[in-house]
Amino acid sequence: MSGGVDSSVAAALLHEQGHDVVGVTMRLWGGESDTGCCSVSDVDDARRVAQQIGIEHVVFNFSDEFDQHVVQPYVDAHQKGITPNPCIECNRHLKFERLAERADELGFDAVATGHHARIGVHGDGRLRLERGADLAKDQSYVLHMVTASALAHTSFPIGHMTKEEVRAHAARLGLRTAMKPDSQDVCFISRADGREHFLGHRIPLRTARVVDRAGTQVGEVPSVEMVTLGQRRGLGVPGGGPVRYVIGVDASSETPTVVVGDADDLLVSSQKVHSMTWVDEPFEGEALAQTSAHGDSRPCSVATTAAREVRIEWGLRSTRIAPGQSVVLYDPTNTWVIGGGIAERSPL
Amino acid sequence: MRPWQETHFANPSGSHRAARLARQAVDEARELIAASLGVNSGDVVFTGGGTESDNYAISGSVRSRGGLAVCSAIEHHAVLDPVQHHGGVTVAVTRDGQIDTDDLRVVLNDASSSGQHVPVVSVMTVNNEVGSVNDIAKVAAIVRELAPAAWLHTDAVQAACWIDLSEITQHVDLLSLSAHKFGGPKGVGLMVVSNGATPEPILLGGGQERGRRSGTIDVAGAVGAAAALNMTTLTRTETSNRVRALRDELLAALLEIGGVNETVSRSVTAPGIAHICLDDLDSEALLFMLDEADVYASAASACASGAMESSHVLSAIGVADELRSGALRLSLGHSTSANDIDRAVSSITRSIQLLRDRRAARKQRAT
Repeated sequence: MSGGVDSSVAAALLHEQGHDVVGVTMRLWGGESDTGCCSVSDVDDARRVAQQIGIEHVVFNFSDEFDQHVVQPYVDAHQKGITPNPCIECNRHLKFERLAERADELGFDAVATGHHARIGVHGDGRLRLERGADLAKDQSYVLHMVTASALAHTSFPIGHMTKEEVRAHAARLGLRTAMKPDSQDVCFISRADGREHFLGHRIPLRTARVVDRAGTQVGEVPSVEMVTLGQRRGLGVPGGGPVRYVIGVDASSETPTVVVGDADDLLVSSQKVHSMTWVDEPFEGEALAQTSAHGDSRPCSVATTAAREVRIEWGLRSTRIAPGQSVVLYDPTNTWVIGGGIAERSPL
Repeated sequence: MRPWQETHFANPSGSHRAARLARQAVDEARELIAASLGVNSGDVVFTGGGTESDNYAISGSVRSRGGLAVCSAIEHHAVLDPVQHHGGVTVAVTRDGQIDTDDLRVVLNDASSSGQHVPVVSVMTVNNEVGSVNDIAKVAAIVRELAPAAWLHTDAVQAACWIDLSEITQHVDLLSLSAHKFGGPKGVGLMVVSNGATPEPILLGGGQERGRRSGTIDVAGAVGAAAALNMTTLTRTETSNRVRALRDELLAALLEIGGVNETVSRSVTAPGIAHICLDDLDSEALLFMLDEADVYASAASACASGAMESSHVLSAIGVADELRSGALRLSLGHSTSANDIDRAVSSITRSIQLLRDRRAARKQRAT
């Protein structure tokens, strides 16, 4: 229970269905934050909701694991010019690993969360991870690492509801979280100070030359660690000319460099994906790939290139994916998740 | 306490007859407390709790005299945080959680040789997590020798049930107590200010408590605190002996479980605390299981969110990282019975076994 409306209602529904439910808030981040899921006021909300529903509520301190598996890798990735997705790593290592392990240890049958996703069944009875009923709020993308065997011990009680229905249910129960806004940003970075401030306290931020494909300098950025593939603002390029996009980031060398080009330079016909996990079995063939939390899914064909590594060939040339972002494969009907992994840096 | 909550509402600082009645109740409470503590009744100040008393001792001393506040590294945060806030220093502790008197000498000598004035030295009588007892007489002798101008403060919040406080007050200038730790109401603290110590008050206003703590006196709280401390004092020797025997039985039984370590030697601890560290389990998981079994224990201290925080005490006394995550603190009180110990031992044993079995099963499934 993050202290948000979705997990509040998830807990309430399970309780209404007669399950023996204990509300858990994970304390993940010990530092300054105003947006996240572990500020004292959010824990207060979760506790009060649990009281109102009539269930026990506990707080587990997983801040060491969060630091090790989410915060530190986030910082390391930025230092390498990679754009990480910390929410996915939190799901992978905290919610569906550390918390699942703790729940099992304490004798619970399942971990339920307030994610907008559904657990469905294939024709032969195997479990599958499906998109949430509210497609605008669907979170199957950030859950792609949950395997079929883990789904057997997982529950997404609000996956069949729209956000509006979730809020209406919370309002009916008089829960204080009913109208609480959705969380938006990375939970361990405060809105007031921002990402640059956060990273600047942990790693040296280095100025980078901004060059065109011919190598001519056209601008400068104060910190290469903050630059993301596809970015077009804040590159120090004089206005008036054609729109320039970041098409390459080299943060590894002595002289950090950002390469810019036009929109066409961002298009690629294939993409390598590493660290693949499969909900069920490894897959090859025609699929749909989604490359951001709420982006479109586009047709592609998937071929294995190494253990836990695939190459996807796009049906239509597609925008280059920032390395570090997750690529999630769905079945051709765009209903269920096949698996997912992390985009590799594509050569220019 | 009841009359002062239900029918006698007058403010003891007032001048009419009802107020004088309330004033009399407070004066009598103060005398009773002073007698238990072996101090003059004029030395006893009522506060809003142990935390306020500790803050008054540290911040009040620094504000009054400036300089470098000194405390042990395993003080309660109510002492530690004000000391750190004012840029003070901490003194190392031994593996058994007692102040390292050699390091105390070093710290006081360093301050003196660098021309730094020490306004206050604070060393707790009994540690709240592991139960270690400090030799306050010995600490006092060192402070009087090396920093004769310093006021000596002790946080005796955890000591009241187990240690004759009149033997402590004769060595110190400032002493903090919290009523709910000896059966009194929550939200009532005591402060002994003696030997001419004059920490600057941290609450200003109506000048109650001889200007040392402004704010209307909680009459029922003062009366309750006095009654509880008096009762505690009268029964202390008998209670201490009985509870110590129960605590030792508890520890002996827990050590038989296997993978259980006694955190500090029970020979240096107050009777009311049994602290162990488990080799292989997380406190949080064990506490959850115990809670289900209606055994209410604790690990370290809870942070604002309610999550368990890793303990600065265990870290300062040098308990290894992997043991710190398996800390379990069990508290005993005057009402603890042999039955309670039996039930605690069987619940703890069963919970530890269940956690270990489930972990083993999980590992097996994974392979």
